[in-house]
This record gives sequence, structure tokens and C-alpha cells, in this order.
Amino acid sequence: MSHFDHGQIPAEYRAYVGRKAFFLVVLTLLACFLLIAAVSLGTVRIPAGEVLLSFLGLGQDARAEIIIRSIRLPHALAAMLAGAGLAVAGAAMQSILRNPLGSPFTLGISQAGACGAAFAIMLLGTGTMQSTQASALGIANPYLTTLSAFVACMAASLVIIAIARIRGASPEVMVLSGVALGSLFSAGTMFLQYIADDVQLANMVFWAFGDVSRAGWPEVGFMSLTVMAALLFFVMNRWNYNAIDAGDETARGLGVRVEWVRLWGMLVASFVTAVIVSFLGIIGFVGLICPHMVRRIIGDDHRFLLPASALAGACLLLAADTAARLMLAPRVLPVAILTAFLGAPTFLYLLIRRRSP
Amino acid sequence: MILSINDIHVDYKGRSVLEGLGLNVDRGQVLTILGPNGVGKTTLLRCINAVLKPRTGTVMVENADVFRMEAGEIARRLGYVAQRNDAGRMTAFDAVLLGRKPHLGWKVSGNDLRMVDGALKQLGLEHLALRHLDEMSGGELQKVCIARALVQEPSVLLLDEPTSSLDLKNQMEILRMLCLVVRQHRLAAVMTMHDLNMALRFSDSLLFIRQGKVYWSGPKKELTSHMVEEVYGVPVDLLSHRGHTVVVPRSEAL
Repeated sequence: MSHFDHGQIPAEYRAYVGRKAFFLVVLTLLACFLLIAAVSLGTVRIPAGEVLLSFLGLGQDARAEIIIRSIRLPHALAAMLAGAGLAVAGAAMQSILRNPLGSPFTLGISQAGACGAAFAIMLLGTGTMQSTQASALGIANPYLTTLSAFVACMAASLVIIAIARIRGASPEVMVLSGVALGSLFSAGTMFLQYIADDVQLANMVFWAFGDVSRAGWPEVGFMSLTVMAALLFFVMNRWNYNAIDAGDETARGLGVRVEWVRLWGMLVASFVTAVIVSFLGIIGFVGLICPHMVRRIIGDDHRFLLPASALAGACLLLAADTAARLMLAPRVLPVAILTAFLGAPTFLYLLIRRRSP
Repeated sequence: MILSINDIHVDYKGRSVLEGLGLNVDRGQVLTILGPNGVGKTTLLRCINAVLKPRTGTVMVENADVFRMEAGEIARRLGYVAQRNDAGRMTAFDAVLLGRKPHLGWKVSGNDLRMVDGALKQLGLEHLALRHLDEMSGGELQKVCIARALVQEPSVLLLDEPTSSLDLKNQMEILRMLCLVVRQHRLAAVMTMHDLNMALRFSDSLLFIRQGKVYWSGPKKELTSHMVEEVYGVPVDLLSHRGHTVVVPRSEAL
């Protein structure tokens, strides 16, 4: 039984959807271009042709091969994966929490990660003095620190989910408990920093600077699995998020189990954020601003918003990381400093100027 | 009977809200639920599409028990137009396409898109197809929401105060159009409303709730002023004007 047999597919709508698809293609090409540029640029410049050949497994220059394979490519991929993961989690969070300022960090996850890392550095003794070329400071056992940060991130997420289960999964409860937990973990970090010695303190502060150069191939491998799985999960829920955007009651009328979608969405977003934060440190604002930039261009339809946010996040973090490497070369500026410089004014702009009616 | 509800009991925070409510609606009929604020009209609608599970009672749509259906199945049989709808940065076309969600697989089909276009045309919205919801008037937004419920291809439409925030012209337009769609597609509609005159003009039958029970339900022509007084506590006169019954509160009411 179809009530509307007389309908056609309007050409304007086809064109409208086509423009969004075109935007996705442009972002994909931009990401490829940035990847080649990021691998090519640096203290030692490798020609783009050589980079392409190396990607295809046909690299000729042995020295360039080493630089590409063991340093630049894993870092570039880590930046892309982290950017994509944080941005897609942010886009989903903004819908789940029904809050334009929602991002993975709204739930206090980054603060929890910093506190977990500080705990490992101080009490598990992973922070030591090193004299490598890269840095005088170092983390003696990065895996233990990462694990501790991850456990803290997930603990924060699970507490919020538990509260949401008890009080009904309302966006207000989630945001407010996230803010409260964030403050709690910040206080915990400050306490640890206060009683830490100089080396430990420096390590704690250094850990908190988000920096993609910490990632090697094992980290990249694990991150890619997590980010891809999360992206798939969010894209599968695209219609649920569109429905929730129309209002909880309407979504329920369309057969969406709103509370269930909220809890699982939050759990997946928290998990992917926890993985990224514990491997790379705190990289703020990518999760907040990328979805908003994409929204301004292609609107709120999650069919396009989610993949476009992931691609935009990958491009933004990779570009920021490349800029951070080149600005003070041969020194490397942690990318999180650049993203925060970029993100904070955007954040304020969004606060002041809501979308015009 | 396309929709048949029996003996619905709902408790909220230990207090009984609905006590043994029942109603029946036929194909092509519009039933309006009336009653004072907070009497449980919205609660009843939420029970019908199983968003709220009542303590006891049954809701049968085309002889199938709603409480035994999974969420998608319910959404294919019952279209719900909520009282409050959020206008995001989404075009009217995409907003209506959302109504196909209960039928969608991984991909949107050409048939889905054609139905959306058909629904927009039926509601006279085709020129606004690519307009964003946040640039629309209240009346246009409400039409989009009704179009969304229609492309769900439901047998029953549930509308929670569909005209509460609209001006007179839009109220008339929406209700007239709703009656037309219900008759044309042989659906049934159940709506809640506060405006007695609009309810009398556009519905086939009325149902008054008082203190959690059905006070009276029946064809609109059987309504008496005494019934309105009993339910709302306001003395009224029922007048006939150009073939329409109108409810006029008496001056001593104030």
C-alpha cells in the first residue's frame, strides 16, 4: 500500500545531495594531498614523487625510505586517525547530547586521561630522566602510562554511563556529570603535580601536550582498528542521530530506542577518545570545531556529516601537525598547542554567534 | 476497527493517571481526545504507540497487539506527530525522508524519494523542499512533521496538539488537510486538542477524559453543554452557527 505513487525524485534534490557527495570527494582528495605533503615536508625534504613511489612500494632512495617508513608515515597516519576519531566522536556527541558544544572532552575524558597518566608517572614510577636526542625527559614505561591513562578515561566514561542509567539517559545528566568528573580529575592531577618532584612534574605536563610523534606502528595499528570500528558504528546509526535531532519524542515515534542509542553512542565515543588520548595525550578542540565547520558547509544530515567530519578532522590535525613540525624546525611543537590556538577562538565565536535564524 | 484500545491503566510516581481507558476508531475517522491540562491526554497517545508501557491494557492496531511488536514494526503502523519538534539545519525533504526510517535498509531507494516528493506535494510543500527547517514558519514546520508521519505509511496517525502554536489560518489549513488525508488514504487519526471549536469542526468523534477515566465519548453531534461543564468546570452554551456547533463560555464563568 503506497499512498504517494505520484511522486518523482526532484532534480534539485539530486543536485543538492550530489553537492554533498562532491564535498566528501574533495575532502578525500585533500586528505591524500596532505598525507603526501606531510610525509614530504620536514627537515629533510623528500620529493613528492619519491613519497608516492615509496607508498607504492617502489622507493629507490634507502635513506628516504627509512625516514618515511619509520618516522613520517606513522606520525602522519597517527595524526589522521586521531583527527578522524576525535571529530567523528564529536559530531556524534553533539547529536547525542543535543548540545552544540558537545565533544568527547565535554565528558571529562581528557582530564581523566591526564590524571591517569600523572598517577602512573608519580606512583608507578614511569617518569624518569633520559638523555636521548629527542628530549631530556622521557617516560620509562610508555605502555604502563598509556594503560593507566586509558583505565582512567574508561572509568570516567563508565561512571557517567552508570549515572545516566540510574537517572535516565538525559543529555543534561550526561553533560553535568561529565563537567563534575572533569573537575574532579583536574583536582586529582593538580594534587599529584603539587606533590611531584621536578622530573615527575615535567613529565606530567609533557604527557598532557597532545603529540602525534609518540605513535609508532603498533599504536597506529591499534588506533586504526578502533577508529574504523567507531566510524562504522556511528555511520550505521546515522538515521538514529537524524531522528534524535528532530526531538526525542519524534525519534521514539520513528522506532528509535533513544536511551539505548545515547548510551551506546556515548560508550563508543568515549572508547575511541580514550584510546587516542592515552596514546597521544590531549588534543583539544578538533572534536568540537571540525563537526561545526562541516555543519556550516553541508548541514546537519548525519549521512554526510559523520564521514565528512572524520575526513575534515583527519585533514585538520594532519595540516596542524605538519605546520607544528615546520614552524620551529628542527624542534617539534606539540600539535595540541596549535589546535587549541585555532580552536579556542572558534569556540568563543560559536558561543557568541549562534546560527542565525 | 482499525484501532482498538482496552482497559489502559497507567501509574506515574505511585499515582494513578489513567484508570481503565478504552476507545475505538474506524478507518477514515478522526477522533479528538479532550480534557483539562494534565489529565493524561499525551500519556494516552504515548501508550498507543508503546513509547510508554501501561500497567495493564491492550492496544490493537489492525487486530495486532502493539505491545508485542518491535519498535520498527510499531513505527510502520503508527505515525506520531509530537507536540514539540526541533528545527535543525535540515531541509524539509530530508526531514520528511526521515519518516521512511522504519522502512529503510542500508540505502535510500528511489521509491523512498518518490514517496517523500508525493507527500510534500500533497501538503503543498514542494516549493519548500530544499528550505531548511530553521527558516520555516510554525505552520510550515507542522506540515513537514505531518508529511513525515505520512511517509511512514501508517494505518493510524497520532497527533499531540497539532495546532496548539499556530495562527487561525494555519490551524484551519492543517486540520482541513489532515481530514482530507485521513479520508483519502483510509487511515485513522487520533489527536489531542484544547480548542473545543476546532475539535467540533474537524473531528468525527470526541472523547473526554476526566479524572483518568473516559467521561464521555461519541459522535460530535451528541455533545451537550452539560458534558463540557462537567469536564472543564466552566458553564457554556452550545450554539449552532452556519451548520457548525460552537462552544461559547457563559459570562458568569469569569
